[in-house]
Amino acid sequence: MTAVDLRDPSTFPSRRVEAWKYTDLARALRETPPASPAVEIAPGGPFAGLGGEEIAFANGRAVGADAFVASGEQTLRLRFVSDATGTGHSASVRIAVKPGAKLTLLESHEGTGAGYVANYRIDMDVPAGAEVTRVVLIDEPGDAISVAVAHVRTAPGALYRQTTITGGAKLQRQETHLAHGGEGTEITLDGLYALAGERHTDLTSVVRHGGLNGVTSQLTKGVVRDTARGVFQGKIVVERRADGTDARMGHHALILGERAEVDAKPELEIYADDVQCAHGNTVGNLDESALFYMQQRGIPADEARALLTQAFLFEVVDRIVHEGAREGVRSWLTARL
Amino acid sequence: MLSISNLHVSVGDKPILNGLTLDVPAGEVHAIMGPNGAGKSTLGYALSGRPGYEAVDGTVEWRGESLLDLDPAARAAKGVFLSFQYPIEIPGVPALTFVRTALNAQKRARGEEEVSAPAFLKMVKAASAALKMDFDMLKRPLNVGFSGGEKKRMEILQMALLEPSLLILDETDSGLDIDALRIVSEGVNALRSPDRAMLVITHYQRLLDYIKPDRVHVLAAGRIVASGGPELAHQLEAEGYDKYLPQAA
Repeated sequence: MTAVDLRDPSTFPSRRVEAWKYTDLARALRETPPASPAVEIAPGGPFAGLGGEEIAFANGRAVGADAFVASGEQTLRLRFVSDATGTGHSASVRIAVKPGAKLTLLESHEGTGAGYVANYRIDMDVPAGAEVTRVVLIDEPGDAISVAVAHVRTAPGALYRQTTITGGAKLQRQETHLAHGGEGTEITLDGLYALAGERHTDLTSVVRHGGLNGVTSQLTKGVVRDTARGVFQGKIVVERRADGTDARMGHHALILGERAEVDAKPELEIYADDVQCAHGNTVGNLDESALFYMQQRGIPADEARALLTQAFLFEVVDRIVHEGAREGVRSWLTARL
Repeated sequence: MLSISNLHVSVGDKPILNGLTLDVPAGEVHAIMGPNGAGKSTLGYALSGRPGYEAVDGTVEWRGESLLDLDPAARAAKGVFLSFQYPIEIPGVPALTFVRTALNAQKRARGEEEVSAPAFLKMVKAASAALKMDFDMLKRPLNVGFSGGEKKRMEILQMALLEPSLLILDETDSGLDIDALRIVSEGVNALRSPDRAMLVITHYQRLLDYIKPDRVHVLAAGRIVASGGPELAHQLEAEGYDKYLPQAA
């Protein structure tokens, strides 16, 4: 699969490409958008209160450094800020982690303006003994188009946790490709989407287990209202030599609008013999009897729905191990619901 | 006073309540007994406003106000409380959060001041101790993983905290062992007061040994077919419901 290049419309996949079946970029974006202008931004972002270093890209241009090397215990706020109207920009960033380092990567995709196109790529290596917690918060306008692809390689004995939280956009895709280190490596790969209006998001991931005894735990939850559309494509590949792999994937969605849609494609591709793999996928509505029970106790219908929806989604938020990030995400989500 | 007149309720296309008429004065406890399928649970749902259990005819008034046009939450704010035969599990919502949300929503609806977190905690501690409930259990999601008895106690705890004026107990004794039944009944009896009315729906007379009714009504085929004092419950226990069932022609 060739990467999306905003300068070359022939790289915009259409739904005829299997991996982009539910997210037709070629249809939403027919030609190269004009280049976004340079803008000035101040340091900050949704995780500003949590301290640490900041690397920012404003309309695709690096504000300072465009790469980062983590050592010791560090917090990095990685910001992709779009402040553009009807234009497009791209950026790529490489993050290296030293053996034994403990990195909290707080990534935000902050959009203002309208109808922009953003295209990002992140590369990261997580060596033995290193621990990375990556929290990605995506807050974009409803008419923006964005594609972000992360390639993460983990060595044996690495710990990598990722949670992506998004409110969607006109067309939005977050792709994670994870090479699993195997022995002693534990991966958590979670996602959460809360969509309304005509918003669309696509959380796509491929985890490739190449070594022995690797552990992966994946939980994605979403809620869609109005005519919004949520897409979850999760693939776990267990290669021939990867015996002892323990991989679990769950995707659960609530459809709260009669014309809202969820497309889920969980895939397990297993070439090893001795593995434990499972996936579960459910799509449904709020429990009517629970709603009545809550209303009977005096909780108005709208409040009851919000409380049940929040409780449903918070299971993913509760899995974020970094307390500050967890609370930040919780209040962002509460305000959004 | 609860005043039900000529109440007709259909579930789907099926008529379940067929002209039910019943008055329960404030301060009294009335038992509704009847065979399976008589419409006992439907009565509880119709009074509390469950969707799908709307009245097609008749009136229901509580303290002089019609209930039938109100949604379930508005009825709750007017004091209506239905204790469920099978209390619902609410994953992800701790019991304490649930009850406080409900209490404050009711208070908002009545234009009263909301209860602060510390004051609420104090109320809960006292009420849960009286019901011999483990306080830590209330930090868990409501009813999730609770035993049948724990769920019923949770219902009574909510009653004690929400202080409803019209209590409808739907088969509250089902799934309770004798000790739990005693604790739950004591909880209910503690709520008896001159300005509260209670409707105790039960298949068996057993519960009425613990919650003594002022009046007993027999519900069969969607209507009240007989009414009497507490002795009627004993008579039903001895004789069964056969004589109230519609006879085959």
